[in-house]
Amino acid sequence: MRSDGNQSALAGLLLSMPAFVGLAAFVAMPFLAAVILSCTDAQLNSPLAMRFVGTEQYRRLLSDPMIRRALANNLVFAAVVVPVQTVLALLLAVLLELVPSGKRLFRVLLFLPVVFPMSLIAVVWILLYAPGETGPMNRVLSWLTLGGWEPRDFLRDPQLAFPAIILLSLWQGVGLQMVILSAALSRIPKELYEAAAIDRAGAFAQFRHITLPQLRNPLVFTMLLTTILAFRLFEQVRIMTHGGPGDATRTLLLQAVESAFDLQQIGEASALSVVLFCIVLCISVLQQVLLDEGRRS
Amino acid sequence: MTTSKTFGAVVMLGVMTLFYLIPVIVMCVGSLMPDSRVLTDSLTVSRWGENLTLTNYRDVFERVQFGRFFLNSVVVTGGITIVGLFVNSLAGYALARFTFRGRRLFLFFVLVMVIVPFEAIAVPLFYLVSAVGWRDSYGVLILPFVANAFLIFFFYSFFLDIPRELEEAAWMDGASTSRIYWSVILPLAKPVFATGAILSFLFNWGAYLWPLLVTTGPEFRPLPIAIATFYTLPPLQWGDILAFGVLMTLPVIVAFVLFQRWFVESVTTSGLKG
Repeated sequence: MRSDGNQSALAGLLLSMPAFVGLAAFVAMPFLAAVILSCTDAQLNSPLAMRFVGTEQYRRLLSDPMIRRALANNLVFAAVVVPVQTVLALLLAVLLELVPSGKRLFRVLLFLPVVFPMSLIAVVWILLYAPGETGPMNRVLSWLTLGGWEPRDFLRDPQLAFPAIILLSLWQGVGLQMVILSAALSRIPKELYEAAAIDRAGAFAQFRHITLPQLRNPLVFTMLLTTILAFRLFEQVRIMTHGGPGDATRTLLLQAVESAFDLQQIGEASALSVVLFCIVLCISVLQQVLLDEGRRS
Repeated sequence: MTTSKTFGAVVMLGVMTLFYLIPVIVMCVGSLMPDSRVLTDSLTVSRWGENLTLTNYRDVFERVQFGRFFLNSVVVTGGITIVGLFVNSLAGYALARFTFRGRRLFLFFVLVMVIVPFEAIAVPLFYLVSAVGWRDSYGVLILPFVANAFLIFFFYSFFLDIPRELEEAAWMDGASTSRIYWSVILPLAKPVFATGAILSFLFNWGAYLWPLLVTTGPEFRPLPIAIATFYTLPPLQWGDILAFGVLMTLPVIVAFVLFQRWFVESVTTSGLKG
């Protein structure tokens, strides 16, 4: 820390001022606004003055079946995507380690979807999910089942729409998780495996007693990151299904944006935003606690 | 390691990668096919070669203002990235190196702001900017994302790790603060700036939610919104839509292939640091 008093203090203030103003105006202020607006019945472009309604918006959220369905969908998404994506990413990362050459090429190919904008992915997957036997997904499934697959209209089928959304989200997410795990994997000291091999530990025992414990923190980090992403699920459902058919693909964020943007119900949308924030906050705190625990041991 | 195990791994990885790439292959091949053939033939390898055409690409430019959308995305992403790197690195530097009133409080504030997901403030921010009639401009697309708590903290931790002696030597020689920043700190921090630039670019190039809320017409519409509206523009011509997709990802893919080591490392370091 530089110790020449006033000049240093002034420089420090000046240098951090733009960032501070930006965060205060565009993060802190809207967040406080969300808390305040969630206790009102504010509407966009409404001539009526907004009224203070206390916790009514929150109580309404709790009793709204559509919101319950949205929350359930977010939870199902997390419950499916987190384990499946983690296992797939781990499998790919381990396979990458075993491949003698071309590791970089495979890594680039598998990372590719991460650089695609989600809205483009959503549109391309609408094509893949096209109904009828010419639809690419229907064709792949028919080919894999040797013709036993009946063509379906994935995005309009109440049973299949949400699994379809989950599949493409997995497709985009696995590359990122794989790259993080693969980097962590290549940092595990080779001596550990050599020592285990001398002790005649099999491949599975090595994986269980060396690889997994060494990957603890990257696994915790990526799994909870994916959990947070599960609660931010939005673009795919907005573009591909608008929450339908019925409420099969409705999510909390979609509901918040629709009530604010399409229905101008700012009070309700703000209450949803606050709920969303609280969920993400809990996961972030859990993530931090688990990571700190991992660093200590 | 036995050869059969290696062979098995290569085959398994190859098959998985092939399936994984189907959507990308369909996009690239389909963009070169006449619209009527996209659905039926984009997965039929034996028919890929038949009368391929570039008309889809011409159609994209004829049916919508693709150039305008592209420019919008470049201006917005570039603006956020360049101004953001400047603003956030300075704040990180100030936090790491200067004593000033409110420093600890600011650091705490930054740490709290890291947790707030943009999705949780999008709606109230939309309400606030609508209340003052601030829509459809580059400013409203860029300014909210310039100051970024994650990047401030990222730079702050990097500057903390730089040995202080380097600057103290320059300080003894009578160099000013700005001179030290430009000629001592910046050259050392090149990799961190590259990482920050790539992360900022990745986060913002595909941004959808905010532009959806604050752009009403094509004038300031960036690519992620444009592709979603292009899909709904009748008549539905898949070849054109896929060509649009290829055009909008091409620059990212070129950048990605050129700097792929940087990309992968950026994502991993930011990931491992948590």
